[in-house]
Amino acid sequence: MSQIAGHLEPYLVLSGMLFAIGSFGFLARRNAISMLMSIELMLNAVNLAALALGAFIPSLAGQGAAFALLIIAVAAAEATVGLAIVIAIFRNRKTPLVDEYDTMRQ
Amino acid sequence: MPLPDVIPFIGLGWSDVLFLLLGGVVLAAAFGVVFGRDIIKSGLFLILTLGALAGIYVMLGAAIVAGAQVLVYIGAISVLILFAIMLTQSKVAPVKLAFQTQVAPAALAAVLLAVVFGLAFGSTEWGSTVFSDTPAATGTAPVAAALFGPYLLAFEIASVLILAAVIGGIYLAMEPKANDVGEDLP
Repeated sequence: MSQIAGHLEPYLVLSGMLFAIGSFGFLARRNAISMLMSIELMLNAVNLAALALGAFIPSLAGQGAAFALLIIAVAAAEATVGLAIVIAIFRNRKTPLVDEYDTMRQ
Repeated sequence: MPLPDVIPFIGLGWSDVLFLLLGGVVLAAAFGVVFGRDIIKSGLFLILTLGALAGIYVMLGAAIVAGAQVLVYIGAISVLILFAIMLTQSKVAPVKLAFQTQVAPAALAAVLLAVVFGLAFGSTEWGSTVFSDTPAATGTAPVAAALFGPYLLAFEIASVLILAAVIGGIYLAMEPKANDVGEDLP
């Protein structure tokens, strides 16, 4: 009936591509907040994989959603602390660009 | 007149079209987040990504996770990110140099990661994968049974973690007092 949406692999492939995009953003962007947004993309990719596995494998029914809810809670905590750190650094260094945070290198 | 199960001429079902649409929006908006020069637009594209992902979660029968996604991610984290963007963007911030010098190795690493994911997903034997669309499988009862059964300790630790994160976030972002110069170093 559903040739694409009724199978597990398309969801996992979408999740893998989203994770790869997020990892590229984390490695390549200069702005600290862009890096945090890329981390959110990666966490959402993991959520999608967990939910897909929970929906398609009968012995994991419910566990995928529980896992995803816990990941959302941890992501909220991570965003809070990460953005607070970025704001605290910005107050001292007046820049959000991570390659100018080089005090410990000098 | 009832709609046909399979769309004529394309040969795909309606849920396939919905999945392709939402997945395309997710990927395009994620590219917008990563490649956008203007960071405010990156933040707005992030909201679009998260919203389309919530739609895919509903397709997977996890409506409660989609609700949590809308409430927590779109309602809270995105607003937090947009506020942080507005607090940290100065006029002198270069718009052209959005990427680090390591952008080419980063792109190579990301493409390799995607290829490795594809190979791993393709070569894994998942067993019998059947999408059960019954209310007993997609309702909240199995989620609650898992969350308050085997994952109870993780659930409790998550609440403590959020409390610690809130206190830590307030402390980190607090404006230091003018007369607070710290300890005198010898």
